[in-house]
Amino acid sequence: MDEEQLRALLRDLDALKQRPDPAAIDRMRERVAGMVTPAAAARSKIKDMSSEVVDSNPYSRLMALQRMGIVDNYERIRDYSIAIVGIGGVGSVAAEMLTRCGIGRLLLYDYDTVELANMNRLFFRPDQVGMTKTDAAVQTLSGINPDVTLESYSLNITTVKGFETFLGSLKARSSDGRNTGVDLVLSCVDNYEARMVVNQACNELGQTWMESGVSEDAVSGHIQLLVPGETACFACAPPLVVASGVDERTLKREGVCAASLPTTMGVVAGLLVQNALKYLLKFGQVSPYLGYNSLKDYFPTMEMKPNPQCSNPACVQRQSKPARDAAAKAKMEAEASAADECPVHLDNDWNISVVDDSDTVTPSILSTGADSLPEGLVRELPTADSYQEPVAPVTSGAIDDDLEELQRQLDALNSS
Amino acid sequence: MEGWDKGTKSVVGEIPLLSTRAGPRDGEAWRQRLKEEYRALIAYTSVNKSKDNDWFRISAANPEGTRWEGTCWYVHNLRRYEFPLQFDIPVAYPQVAPEIELPTLDGKTHKMYRGGKICLTVHFKPLWAKNCPRFGIAHALCLGLAPWLAAEVPILVDSGMVKHKDDEAAPADAAAAASGSAAAS
Repeated sequence: MDEEQLRALLRDLDALKQRPDPAAIDRMRERVAGMVTPAAAARSKIKDMSSEVVDSNPYSRLMALQRMGIVDNYERIRDYSIAIVGIGGVGSVAAEMLTRCGIGRLLLYDYDTVELANMNRLFFRPDQVGMTKTDAAVQTLSGINPDVTLESYSLNITTVKGFETFLGSLKARSSDGRNTGVDLVLSCVDNYEARMVVNQACNELGQTWMESGVSEDAVSGHIQLLVPGETACFACAPPLVVASGVDERTLKREGVCAASLPTTMGVVAGLLVQNALKYLLKFGQVSPYLGYNSLKDYFPTMEMKPNPQCSNPACVQRQSKPARDAAAKAKMEAEASAADECPVHLDNDWNISVVDDSDTVTPSILSTGADSLPEGLVRELPTADSYQEPVAPVTSGAIDDDLEELQRQLDALNSS
Repeated sequence: MEGWDKGTKSVVGEIPLLSTRAGPRDGEAWRQRLKEEYRALIAYTSVNKSKDNDWFRISAANPEGTRWEGTCWYVHNLRRYEFPLQFDIPVAYPQVAPEIELPTLDGKTHKMYRGGKICLTVHFKPLWAKNCPRFGIAHALCLGLAPWLAAEVPILVDSGMVKHKDDEAAPADAAAAASGSAAAS
């Protein structure tokens, strides 16, 4: 404890002796509580978000967005639920951002535990090593903002059992007529397998989600908005990633499977949550796809329509939903283009002009069939070779169709 | 398949291709897919045995056929190194490949993700994506796990990260044998 703090306290006590002041007593109590144990500084829950500008209001700067006319109704954020899948370098930071923004409810999914090897990224602390990432996140986040309802799911969503729990948790609390109990799913996982699982769940539920990713060489990343039936789903085409912009052949791939930087991950988490806030609170334009190439500081954007021949049956089913969605979308686009056409600054005193960058960025790719990608974007995996699905199950001829018999044959081979 | 050795190429050609695009949540279609998986595994195991290149044992660990367990081994400098092998069939299968795990090697090599999942990103994932849904478990073992073992086991053994089970079980005997041979020379 600081000697100086104690002396200040003594002075205040003397002043109090001269002239009683209840507010001064409260302030002193707070200071002493802070000195006794830092945990005592944790605040209690706040019922309504206030826009009052005082040091003790955690929401004053957020509610100011409303006063400035950026957001119509900021307080609505408390009605929203977001599921974050993958509480790693991106997901944990996204969770903290949303917690500090006062989101209503956060569902956190991860099967991993905190390790010292995670300490090059943000959020987790060395004293949390060994805890599940979801529990460690709840510990930190509930301390930052007790108003947020936090749910922790420590499970692997790619297994059949984990997937059922995942699906069930997304559906829970659907009292207000929505398909699911969440408003948005954020995918912050680090592998293709888990992304395909989030894709599957969201296609089945008709749930809008946002995907994020950081390259294994830690120098590029992307975010993507996925609205089942309206935009390309994650299985409609091989995933898009940002090219590193350096000669791929000069990259050393030997020895490690993944590098990571807190900077790239922080940037991607910021882009992701910004897009999520714009989507939920309805301000600005929501990006359908935004890439980030840190080596060249280049941000390619694009748009993707769903693939009518998508291999995911739930996606194809969502695409066939009647025209009311199309109408809603047309309206959204009209709004977006109206906002587009009004120039922000035509002229200014500093001779700064906004240069049209349409020659470097292709604004939209209207069909997924034409594989002409904007500069700087590449496919992560090749397209499946054309393959005619058999209309009827292949008649297996000489092969025994009995599953148990096949199992016995393999067991026999295994034991010989 | 350029860049693959002739042996692997000819063997993979002998594994029957699969045709049903079904994952573990697809009910009857999954049973059909499972039959095709067995057919391919039986053929691949038979080919390996006939070529005296038997190198794994694998069987379903649950009735639904969504979890598989077994062992695999690799011979380096005339000694056989054996590792338990396991994986789950992912929900999005066969669009995504199974993530093959060698749990006893977890933390011993960089070419691995947490939980002992071997790194398949560069040499195998593109091939699997290109051949979906015709590749199955047998193909994943042949084109994913086999080349991984061939590349990693020699490094793991030579660096001392992996010890032969004889050396591990009785270090005293090994030391005695070493000093004995020194005395004899």
